[in-house]
Amino acid sequence: MLDKNGIAKRIAKEVKDGYYVNLGIGIPTLVANFVRDDIEVEFQSENGILGMGPFPYEGEEDADLINAGKQTITALDGASYFDSAMSFSMIRGQHVDLTILGAMEVAQNGDIANWKIPGRLVKGMGGAMDLVASAENIIVAMMHTNKRGESKLLERCKLPLTGVRCVKKIVTNLAVLEITSEGFKLLERAPGVSIEEIKAATEGTLVVQGDIPEMIL
Amino acid sequence: MITKTVNNVQEALQGVENGMTFLLGGFGLCGIPENAIAELVALNVSDLTCISNNAGVDDFGLGLLLQKRQIKKMISSYVGENDEFERQMLSGELEVELIPQGTLAERCRAAQAGFPAIYTPAGFGTEVAQGKETREFNGKMYVLEHAFKADFSFVKAWKGDTAGNLIFKGTARNFNPNMCGAAKITVAEVEELVPAGELDPNQIHIPGIFVQRIFQGTHYQKRIEQRTLTPKS
Repeated sequence: MLDKNGIAKRIAKEVKDGYYVNLGIGIPTLVANFVRDDIEVEFQSENGILGMGPFPYEGEEDADLINAGKQTITALDGASYFDSAMSFSMIRGQHVDLTILGAMEVAQNGDIANWKIPGRLVKGMGGAMDLVASAENIIVAMMHTNKRGESKLLERCKLPLTGVRCVKKIVTNLAVLEITSEGFKLLERAPGVSIEEIKAATEGTLVVQGDIPEMIL
Repeated sequence: MITKTVNNVQEALQGVENGMTFLLGGFGLCGIPENAIAELVALNVSDLTCISNNAGVDDFGLGLLLQKRQIKKMISSYVGENDEFERQMLSGELEVELIPQGTLAERCRAAQAGFPAIYTPAGFGTEVAQGKETREFNGKMYVLEHAFKADFSFVKAWKGDTAGNLIFKGTARNFNPNMCGAAKITVAEVEELVPAGELDPNQIHIPGIFVQRIFQGTHYQKRIEQRTLTPKS
């Protein structure tokens, strides 16, 4: 079974040379730490920077330079700043190659819910609805089950939706799965995790065909 | 040259009344119009509709207006990190409309650019699209979203000149340029106000035509919400 860093490490393998990538808050933010350093990748943050770098050293933080999680950041050589409309032109116009974001629930048809728990938690969707409505390539990074042990991979989402039929791939602490017309297709198992364990933690239809390899991290 | 300067924040906010709708720039506490917000608190205007990506934190930014119950309705994309906001929302004292961040930006830009409405794919199939016109283009579904109609835009820039030209810094740019010229009156506050001619026209982000009043701000706190650092090894 993987921890959050393990999930990020596995997703980093999906980041290819020449990609512009938008990372959501939470586990997705960690992906930047594991991207190979022999490929050229630029990270976009929707509050208005392309070419986002690591957190600053103490004393070098700048109130005018933050990411979408409101954390202080740095800008790498070749970075650019822009306004919010242009930022979402990059996203809506499909100029960003890969979007990695977290989720509360994913349905087997690719629906995603990650912005609201009615009556309990209402923080808002931020840029997530724009991202999932337009991105060609969306990977969800999340734990396979919630804090109460209930599956987050469902036949239908129960929470208010963020987007419909948009998720392509899911990487959890247990598995890598792909959205297909038949359901969640199991592609890889996390180290030491059995198919039976993944089945037990998946409420939606799990499609298992042939041998399922263990992830290579 | 048409001069846009006013002497201070009091002059800049002349005409502000109860029940008005405002656009306010900023992302979190980054690039917010601190002086205009402080003056709105001092004026004690109420029943306001505020359109801004976030709602500040409990003791700063738009949180200061929330504390005094000056806001009737908030239109935002993300409102975490504010306990007073959450309390007023859940108790029904505060009306809240949550909309996608790109839609917020584009509804500002539409108002600035003279478009009555735009089609966006964001929110289709979700509760955000309920009651709204939808339409298919090239096999994909889109939601019709209308341009904002606001009385004042309050924006913050890094540098400005007496002609109202603006230059922003870093990610403090965010929604500020999109809100310029998107309301009846745009008020820009800047950290450094210079005479017309001192800024390089090649470097201007927002031409002065979109700005009606400009003033030099004071006492900027520029608070950081999440101070995250790389340890020196």
